[in-house]
Amino acid sequence: MTWLDINSTLPELIILATALLLLMLEVLSTPPRNSFIWVALAGMGLSLASVLGTPLSGNYYGNMIALSTFTRFIDVITIALVMCTFLFSAPYLRRTLEERGEYYALILFAAVGMMLMAKAHDLTMTFLGLELLSVPLYILAGFYRNRISSNEASIKYLLLGAFSTGFFLFGIALIYGSIGSTNYDIIQQAIVNGQELSRGLTLAGFALLLIGFAFKVALAPFHMYAPDVYQGAPTAITAFLSTGPKVAAFAALLKLVIVVFAVTTRHWWGVMWLLSVLTMTVGNVTALVQDNLKRMLAFSGVAHAGYLAIGILVGTSDGAFGLLFYLAIYSVTTLVAFGLVALVEREQEDGLEVSSYRGLAQKNPFIAAAFALALLSLAGFPPTAGFTAKFFVFNSAVEAGYIWLVIIAVINSLISVYYYLRPVVAMYMREPEDDRRVTLPPITVPALVLLVLVALGLGIMPFTLVQSGVSAAASLF
Amino acid sequence: MVVPLHHIIAIASLLFSIGVLGVLFRRNAIIVFMSIEIMLNAVNLAFVAFSNYHGNVHGQVFVFFTMTLAAAEVAVGLAIIISLFRNLQTSDITEIHNLKN
Repeated sequence: MTWLDINSTLPELIILATALLLLMLEVLSTPPRNSFIWVALAGMGLSLASVLGTPLSGNYYGNMIALSTFTRFIDVITIALVMCTFLFSAPYLRRTLEERGEYYALILFAAVGMMLMAKAHDLTMTFLGLELLSVPLYILAGFYRNRISSNEASIKYLLLGAFSTGFFLFGIALIYGSIGSTNYDIIQQAIVNGQELSRGLTLAGFALLLIGFAFKVALAPFHMYAPDVYQGAPTAITAFLSTGPKVAAFAALLKLVIVVFAVTTRHWWGVMWLLSVLTMTVGNVTALVQDNLKRMLAFSGVAHAGYLAIGILVGTSDGAFGLLFYLAIYSVTTLVAFGLVALVEREQEDGLEVSSYRGLAQKNPFIAAAFALALLSLAGFPPTAGFTAKFFVFNSAVEAGYIWLVIIAVINSLISVYYYLRPVVAMYMREPEDDRRVTLPPITVPALVLLVLVALGLGIMPFTLVQSGVSAAASLF
Repeated sequence: MVVPLHHIIAIASLLFSIGVLGVLFRRNAIIVFMSIEIMLNAVNLAFVAFSNYHGNVHGQVFVFFTMTLAAAEVAVGLAIIISLFRNLQTSDITEIHNLKN
């Protein structure tokens, strides 16, 4: 290990140091711990500076990790997501229980896992990144120990997460058995040259890996845990749960498919096609009948995983670019949407039904406008960025010849309009049922500004992100 | 006597299947958790066997990581099961269904 290696993971090391510092401060300080959020935000800010300040590329730690424009793109998304989660967490924590150092530290550990997953150039690293992301999230889902719903979310997430880890690991074992290495380059060379124990063993390994990934990103039929976990977890954590693992797992899967398994596409594209269609249809149709906003957004997240899977399936640089663009837009809008749900929600998880949103535009026009913008972007209305993102993904799929897939996806988008508009109609066209005030804590304003920049700014002027997205996608090939 | 590779892999697959069936059909959270451990140990067995077959140590190193993860997951998992038991006085996962629309 050289200084260059350490330098290559500087953003992760800064985040880890911040997390450890917060754990120490938790022990040494007495409540209230209102300043912890600033320590956590400062750490993420430093990390962002080091991501943007050290444009390294190449392989480090003995080919364990590989840096490129792609990993920098994912790093920036990760840091933005984590900072927004912090902004929405602080008011949520202050309302429901005191702030705790380990809450922020666990999110920071998960952020390191996300960044390492995208950087992994060896299945060992992919696995470690995935677990470093998952284990803190099991704890965070159950952070409110006295709430039964939080317990239930936590146990379901843990059991199914650990179950899927078993498949993921067995997949790695079979690939290792077939090739004798876990390094991406060596596996790719062996597949191209046919130097495997047997092709069937390699493909069986890849299939099991795919099951592991499908659990993490909630592709149907492996999505059953998602609605329960998202509903039961503390809302500020749900915001992170529904976006963080998806970004990291899709990034890792994209890299794996393009760098390693591209030559075997003809063996697995049918499976991926089916998973994609099933996921978007199940997600959208089930979301139609949900009354609970957290559950509805959970199924919306499942549906979006289906659209994202199209980007994996296409496998061209256009498809990779579409996927990265979509991931950036989806993650920010969904995270802020959940964050706003956390602001509207009352004590004891009350006020999550669509009916609680009646007349919100009169109570607090800013929250209503931001929530409407997030929902319209998720539905894919022009000129929001949700529309642009869908356009890029669907366009790359048409060019690759997946016409029917795109037709089904467009029909699905039309279905989804119904459930995204229901809260919007309730907020703007109904009278309020009570005179309960809904306030916007000043600390969450930066997150709303980011939402406007992403959902509206990138919808009108997509080229600002297109350039970095294209170079990120190109660096994979 | 050298045990052939495919015998060991057959055993590993069998263990893995036992683990999967345990997760799918047992109701006690602790037993489900044990079944997951069986799956992870089946993976370890497969790694060691393949490592021996290929004559390199990558697989054996991977086993260390798997064991570390298994330990971390048990620590977190048992804590979650205990806090669940404190609130509900049960560890039967079929009785945990408060989250529904």
